[in-house]
Amino acid sequence: MHVVVCVKQVPDTEAPIRIRPDGQGVDESGLTFVMNYYDEHAVEEAIRIKERAGGTVTLIAAGPARAAEALRAGLAMGADQAIHIQDPALDGLDHLALARVLTAAIASVPYDLVLCGKLATDDNAAVIGPALAEFLDLPQATAVTRLELGDGTATAHREVEGGVEVLEISLPAVVTVERNINEPRYPSLPGIMRAKRTPITVKTIADLGVDLGGSGAARVRLLGLAPPPARPPGRMLEGEPAEVVRELVRLLREEARVL
Amino acid sequence: MSREVWILAEHAGGRPRKITYELLGKARALAEALGSRVTAVALGSGVGALAADLGAHGADRVLLGDAPALGQYTADAYTAALAPLVAAERPFLLLIGSTASGRDLAPRLAARLGAGIVTDCAAVDLDGEDVVATRPVMTRKALARVAFQADVLRIAVVLPHIFPPAAEDRARSYETVPVPVPVERGAARARVVDVTPVARESVPLTEADIIVSGGRGLRGPENFALLHRLADALGAAVGSSRPPVDSGWVPHDYEIGQTGKTVNPQLYIACGISGAPQHLAGMSGARCIVAINRDPQAPIFQVATYGIAGDLFQILPLLTEEVRRLKAAQQG
Ligand SMILES: Cc1cc2nc3c(=O)[nH]c(=O)nc-3n(C[C@H](O)[C@H](O)[C@H](O)COP(=O)(O)OP(=O)(O)OC[C@H]3O[C@@H](n4cnc5c(N)ncnc54)[C@H](O)[C@@H]3O)c2cc1C
Ligand SMILES: Nc1ncnc2c1ncn2[C@@H]1O[C@H](COP(=O)(O)O)[C@@H](O)[C@H]1O
Repeated sequence: MHVVVCVKQVPDTEAPIRIRPDGQGVDESGLTFVMNYYDEHAVEEAIRIKERAGGTVTLIAAGPARAAEALRAGLAMGADQAIHIQDPALDGLDHLALARVLTAAIASVPYDLVLCGKLATDDNAAVIGPALAEFLDLPQATAVTRLELGDGTATAHREVEGGVEVLEISLPAVVTVERNINEPRYPSLPGIMRAKRTPITVKTIADLGVDLGGSGAARVRLLGLAPPPARPPGRMLEGEPAEVVRELVRLLREEARVL
Repeated sequence: MSREVWILAEHAGGRPRKITYELLGKARALAEALGSRVTAVALGSGVGALAADLGAHGADRVLLGDAPALGQYTADAYTAALAPLVAAERPFLLLIGSTASGRDLAPRLAARLGAGIVTDCAAVDLDGEDVVATRPVMTRKALARVAFQADVLRIAVVLPHIFPPAAEDRARSYETVPVPVPVERGAARARVVDVTPVARESVPLTEADIIVSGGRGLRGPENFALLHRLADALGAAVGSSRPPVDSGWVPHDYEIGQTGKTVNPQLYIACGISGAPQHLAGMSGARCIVAINRDPQAPIFQVATYGIAGDLFQILPLLTEEVRRLKAAQQG
């Protein structure tokens, strides 16, 4: 079973962010970057599949030079090889154009299964997985909490409103993973050493033979980032518990008007 | 391109879901500003009866794709049914709800049509001829304003429980147009084999006006009964921070935050939750936040509208009693 995992490097969600004065992004100085949280789960799932069924795990990341660290982290967990798409033109692409580029990279290696995270915690888009499925002409299962592989098929569990859906898809397929699908391992010391020695294949968009042509023009554009509106200052209610509770209910009814 | 605003109607048990009325509410406002009309697309098996509800809530036209093959949502079947309709009429804007199936379908549809797509929209507005959407990013530490390019098909996936639902008017006139459902070769490659309902005693979290949420301060699964009692009194849903999920006290679908659900209730009552940034990522959009925590320094108090520094085991039963008294008085 050959599994390809798309990994994105994103700012650590623990860290506060500073929006750039031009509003077109965040100030990266001093910011820590990590592998997208859900992608760790995708890498873990891929490695477990390899451990059970054999095959290879190939990581693909598109991003600036620093994104190589996310690939190293995945190699240290046990992936076999990594492709880093590095190109100044990546900056101007929207999600669908990026998915075109990733599609070309995926098509350049053998694959039975493509894994992505449920979403990237920086842009929160959840667009890339289904877009890859469309461009590769494959079935898809998104936000998967459990994945069982059979002979040429996979059974995926997904949380839907009010229930759990069990979806059977033929392979190859694109699957995006939810966090409770597994518990990602920590890289072992030998894993980290091996990751340092594993060469990462660097490719440009042109290397992949992608001509974005007209479809390279972004269909959506960022007007700007702004901090979320500040919440009005709150109030601490003090006194005997019974008194405080009575006052709370009164405020909820008369002031906040939510009861 | 037409000037129409389209919505994809989500439904369950033969009725539109709440999100559908919210989409219709938004679509009506936009269509009126554009001087155009609202088209609702309903796909499914035996969905003819939905048209009356959709018409009464603001659709001027209902496109009905009724076929056994659409009885169960799959990305393949729904994309195959919806893409030709959208491609043929090129509406000004298509609104889809940010639900399990909406999030699954919309990006695939956008990829097939080469459409612009913006997910997780908390606002969708007209700015002259531009459509501008606002969406939380970076675990809600920032809001992004994004605009669709003028000449693209636009697909906006909107968050539930933000837009006011459309008003009902059973006297509204609307037309119903059956649409062909293409025979779909993908049926063989993706098939729903089972849907197991998850027992939930209350409204779904993302649709709830009031949420009572518990954290590690609850100490154990049995104490969630305290939250359920308060929730019952309030007609609220119960959620949690991450530790109760990780400890197996409550199922994963309770989790609120960065790796859980994003909720936008009118009232959020956080009990024994410290207020980590990853938790705030999911709930700081609530209109009113009540925090009950015995540590007066807990960061949750920084976002709370009303804070009570006290023991939740003492406060919660008193609060439940007080709410019951209020509800009884309101009834009487
Ligand atoms: C990548 C990542 C993603 C994450 N995603 C999420 C997420 O989606 N959602 C989420 O919630 N967390 C998430 N977390 C975890 C988050 O960082 C916090 O660890 C978590 O939110 C803490 O939960 P808590 O407030 O319930 O527990 P604690 O931080 O342990 O707080 C418990 C609180 O209960 C109070 N308390 C204790 N006893 C009582 C009592 N008797 N009466 C009143 N108060 C009492 C304490 O004073 C304390 O403030 C994530 C973490 C990471 C690294
Ligand atoms: N630049 C990228 N390089 C590689 N994979 C990516 C990239 N961006 C997104 N992905 C993959 O797509 C998933 C969803 O991302 P998004 O659609 O941006 O929310 C991520 O979890 C990754 O698996």
